Amino acid sequence: MQEGRKPEPAVVEPWKDPGAVPYIRIQEVTKKFGDFTAVNNVSLNVYKQELFCLLGGSGCGKSTLLRMLAGFEEPTSGKIFIDGQDMAGIPPYSRPVNMMFQSYALFPHMTVQDNIAFGLKQDHKPKREILDRVASMLELVKLSSFAKRKPHQLSGGQRQRVALARSLVKEPKLLLLDEPLGALDRKLRESTQFELMNIQDKLGVTFMVVTHDQEEAMTLASRIGVMNLGQIVQVGTPSEIYEFPTSRFVADFIGTVNMFEGRIIDEDNDYVRIASEEAGCTIFINHGVAAPPNAHLCVAVRPEKITITHEPPVQIGENCAHGIIDGIAYMGDMSVFNVKLDSGKMVKVTRPNLIRHAEDAITWDQRVWLQWDPASGVVLTT
Amino acid sequence: MSRLGYLPLGDHLAVSAEPMVRAIVRIPPVRWALNLLGHVTSGRGLVIAVPYVWLALFFLIPFLIVLKISFADQLIAQPPYSSLVDFAEQGYVTLKLNVGNYLFLAEDALYWKAYLRSVQIAFFSALICLVIGYPMAYAMARAEPTWRSVLLMLVVLPFWTSFLLRVYAWIGLLNNNGVINNALMALGVIDQPIVMMRTNFAVYVGIVYSYLPFMILPLYATLEKMDLTLLEAAEDLGCRPFKAFLTITLPLSMPGVIAGFSLVFIPALGEFVIPDLLGGTETLMIGKVLWDEFFSNRAWPIASAVAIAMLSLVLVIMSFQHWLERRAAAAR
Repeated sequence: MQEGRKPEPAVVEPWKDPGAVPYIRIQEVTKKFGDFTAVNNVSLNVYKQELFCLLGGSGCGKSTLLRMLAGFEEPTSGKIFIDGQDMAGIPPYSRPVNMMFQSYALFPHMTVQDNIAFGLKQDHKPKREILDRVASMLELVKLSSFAKRKPHQLSGGQRQRVALARSLVKEPKLLLLDEPLGALDRKLRESTQFELMNIQDKLGVTFMVVTHDQEEAMTLASRIGVMNLGQIVQVGTPSEIYEFPTSRFVADFIGTVNMFEGRIIDEDNDYVRIASEEAGCTIFINHGVAAPPNAHLCVAVRPEKITITHEPPVQIGENCAHGIIDGIAYMGDMSVFNVKLDSGKMVKVTRPNLIRHAEDAITWDQRVWLQWDPASGVVLTT
Repeated sequence: MSRLGYLPLGDHLAVSAEPMVRAIVRIPPVRWALNLLGHVTSGRGLVIAVPYVWLALFFLIPFLIVLKISFADQLIAQPPYSSLVDFAEQGYVTLKLNVGNYLFLAEDALYWKAYLRSVQIAFFSALICLVIGYPMAYAMARAEPTWRSVLLMLVVLPFWTSFLLRVYAWIGLLNNNGVINNALMALGVIDQPIVMMRTNFAVYVGIVYSYLPFMILPLYATLEKMDLTLLEAAEDLGCRPFKAFLTITLPLSMPGVIAGFSLVFIPALGEFVIPDLLGGTETLMIGKVLWDEFFSNRAWPIASAVAIAMLSLVLVIMSFQHWLERRAAAAR
């Protein structure tokens, strides 16, 4: 899931630098539609050249937040700054922001070329410059031979690229993308994701992407903001969000997770032991938790972090559960096992299919042992 | 050949005379007739046949009769025109076509002036309808969805009263001692009544009032289904709302404009009731000329020629409109 994004030099993590000045500052922004609060007191800093993803289910307020940045909606309260400039009262046509719409919103009566040139014509740029910039944009999105086509003569992927070119040609300070890959099929999506990242690297524009697709967010984003019920519940890099979710909602929303209810029985600065009836064992985690002793909480363990074996481990004890295989889903590259623990709790475990027709193949109704590393569990108090 | 099964030929005949029957069935008119029979007797064919029969009975045949009369001579008889086909002596059949009616239309300035005036009045009426109707349709299409159906009903509401009555009502409004003049005089705005009845102005008022819904409805239909994110996209790219209207909304509503324009222009072209009731001697519209020829002068052949000429004019205009529509469709 976290393939693709190459390890970046330290400078490209400006959110860790306390001296860095955020490019986009969203300060305590709230948006109400009548009684309904779409965006609830959101504060967020996005830095220059970031590719920031707002991730959340439908109706979580992510699109409303994006539309406030574009200027289609005014915040009920709070402030938005782009490059230090307060955006209050500035209409969409005067903002240094361009948007790529979910439906692409290409002008159906104009050719690809005219669609891309539209924004530049509004600025009354000289004809020569418009032609040059449109041509280089067409080259960037590899559509030079389609300049004279109408949008309805293009495929979905080509339309998407026209929409991208049209929103990039004015070289905005901030590019907003609303579900940019939502309408594409899976294969096209994957290639477009990488294209999008390449273009962003090349042009150095700050991207703000809204999506409900966690995979899209994971691949694209330098940082992800997970939204729920109008609030941002966690901000972090894709691996932070995946490996260290701070709430049950985030753990559950991103990827698949097994949650064990439990109670702290022993703790110190550098470890914690949790008794869990659901897991049928004691869970040992090798880092401390800021929670009162005896507190009820929840341990999240990702399916791929659990190993599954026929044989009982040498040392039966902590982080070791057993149960019966209840279901198997063969996915090609890996298999997903549904294991029913003695407590009745269902646990998902994934295992890569490293060998064809493995002899120790695990099948239905077999008794299996599950184990995980003390570093794998994540304690969630909320 | 399976069509043969529908014919009450009897199997023995079909077997013994099969080669001959096959040959006969291949003769084009017979083949067409059999195909038609086969189609009509199937259920789907019957459904499709209904509008065709309707059009043939009430449009094509009357049209052919009018076309026939337009080539006849005027007679003082019952009916008041000559027949085209005569059985002369010695077995001759003569076909006599009188093109004189059409030549007369071309010669007499009255007719082409009437055509020209009709086209002019119809064109400007349609234009005025467009100017008034576009903002109305736009406002309706952008109104709250709950309001749209109410507004739509208000547009259609006048149809609940007879067209003729509504035109008569305008006489009461436009007369020298009508509602408008009386009100203006009572307010002291004018001393003398403004002469509005029996003028071109009154005809324009009548046509625009009567045909406005036909302009609004197609415009509303195109504007309502327009994707509003296109306007957001335009604004996002630095286009001010009014310019976005000119560059996005207006071109995209062209199919509605063309449809509305022709829905007003074409019926207004042949309009008779409105110029007759509201117009004066100066409003020489072709519908009125036709009526006079037919009923006052009993010149059925001339009247028929006038009608055919007008139909040709409408056909030319409609094919132009069709061409415009195809171009607009190709542009999208």
